[in-house]
Amino acid sequence: MIQRLDHQAIYEAIAPGAKVLDLGCGNGELLDLLVKGKNVKAQGVEVSDEAIHACVEKGLSVFHSDIDSGLPYYPDQSFDYVILNQSLQEVKGVDSVIREALRVGKNVIIGFPNFAHIEARILLCFGGRAPISSSLPYEWNSTPNLRFLSIKDFRDFCRRKGYKILKADYLGPRGRIHLLPNLFAVQAVFVISQ
Amino acid sequence: MKKNIGPVETKYFTFAGKEPFRLESGRAFGPVTMAYETYGQLNPDKTNAILVMHAFSGNAHVAGAPQGDQDPPWWDFMVGPGKALDTEKYFILCANVLGGCKGSTGPSSIDPEKGRPYALEFPLITIEDMVRTQKMLVDHLGIKKLHGVIGGSMGGMLALQWVACYPEAVECVIPIAATLKHSPQQIAFNEVGRQAIMADPAWNGGNYYGGASPEKGLAVARMMGHITYMSNESMEKKFSRRLKDDNTGFKFSADFEVEGYLQHRGQTFVKRFDANTYLYITKAMDYFDLSDGKWIPETGLPDVRFLVIAFKSDWLYPSVQSQNMVRQLKMRHIDATYCEIDAGYGHDSFLIESEAEKQSHLIKHFLAKRK
Repeated sequence: MIQRLDHQAIYEAIAPGAKVLDLGCGNGELLDLLVKGKNVKAQGVEVSDEAIHACVEKGLSVFHSDIDSGLPYYPDQSFDYVILNQSLQEVKGVDSVIREALRVGKNVIIGFPNFAHIEARILLCFGGRAPISSSLPYEWNSTPNLRFLSIKDFRDFCRRKGYKILKADYLGPRGRIHLLPNLFAVQAVFVISQ
Repeated sequence: MKKNIGPVETKYFTFAGKEPFRLESGRAFGPVTMAYETYGQLNPDKTNAILVMHAFSGNAHVAGAPQGDQDPPWWDFMVGPGKALDTEKYFILCANVLGGCKGSTGPSSIDPEKGRPYALEFPLITIEDMVRTQKMLVDHLGIKKLHGVIGGSMGGMLALQWVACYPEAVECVIPIAATLKHSPQQIAFNEVGRQAIMADPAWNGGNYYGGASPEKGLAVARMMGHITYMSNESMEKKFSRRLKDDNTGFKFSADFEVEGYLQHRGQTFVKRFDANTYLYITKAMDYFDLSDGKWIPETGLPDVRFLVIAFKSDWLYPSVQSQNMVRQLKMRHIDATYCEIDAGYGHDSFLIESEAEKQSHLIKHFLAKRK
């Protein structure tokens, strides 16, 4: 039973036995699910000291680095999937990280919180304050998020860059969202390729 | 009660008595004696052996009770029942390197042909020679494949050389605070140490056995080396600018605690270490270079896993050297985990018990995973 909806969506998108690189893999929870359930060949990149130790404890192969500088270590097209889940909004060079991710991986899976979710809109519009919600839980001064993007923003970005969107999952607090995702989804998971 | 590792005995294995050992330089050499210690039990399949390799000035006595007037065992907090290198699970093997002065054949050993120490007639040796002599010992013990090869600093270079020489004979490779090659800065520090020894008149072209040894030169070499093993932060914590006797003597004596400490380290070192070994081993480290990646087979290393560990405060073997190592492995699709530990003691962090928790945790779990 997979607890997190974003992990469920990513899990379903990945073929068994695939080679997977998780950029910003945290404590390795998602990779561990993929190794156990889908027998993937997993590697991770993670910057946090504590999280790296948790990954090694799970038997994962991990590289201790930030995402911005960790990617040149991998050969072209050496992974079936490169995952950027809840980490893209924290990187400095978004363009170069996605370009590099598409260089080393055949498919790139990107999951991010939707800044245009209705709750965030109401908090900003009527509360007049930077929104704090379940998918954006941080105060403005302590948030790791450097980027605030919506589902529409990401679709526009892919169109501009010429990236193909192979799959998109829009997730609400309790399940998938089919109606007006940019308004009702708290997060989105995209699978893109060149 | 904390379980004890029990009594440990240094053993000796001699080979190349009749058929000489061919060194990387091409020179034939023998006989070779290896001083080694073992901890734990070798399982019936002989699949649980881990070779621990010491750093530049280390020896085979990795754990257990102190031996005589020697330094305490150098990795006691890592090797023992329930520790990262768990002697209830693994058979731990550690040997003094070729060229050493702790029981294995080196420049201070007696040349059987001439009946006196080799001194500078001892051949120039390399890291590869050290590994190939260790392999003789491993073969002698009937071990076909090592579960792990592990070491810090020069021990890490030896671990890398092991997989370069015998990719089929190792599974887990753990280089700690190591590098694929010495930088000019590292060579430079070694050269200053060598020059300090050779500038001591007592060195006498290496022929000092039986007389006064070049203690002054060797002590200066060790003092300088010791500075490079620490960090600015750890020196600040340990000594700051504290004075030994609360006032300056206005003399060139050791006023500051740091001066006294270094002098003490230098003086204790000369009692237990051979100056010629210092020359030979530092030179072997300087020659070491696996940076071209040609040692990695075309087919990669599908059955080998690497755990590469660096320390944030290590400026002698900076983490970028470990990262370059991992980059080379990743580019060849080799399974490698890299971790930079936020430890403050500089290069020597891997030897410091108070910094050991993270290192132990990583190694323990990495070794436990079986393919």
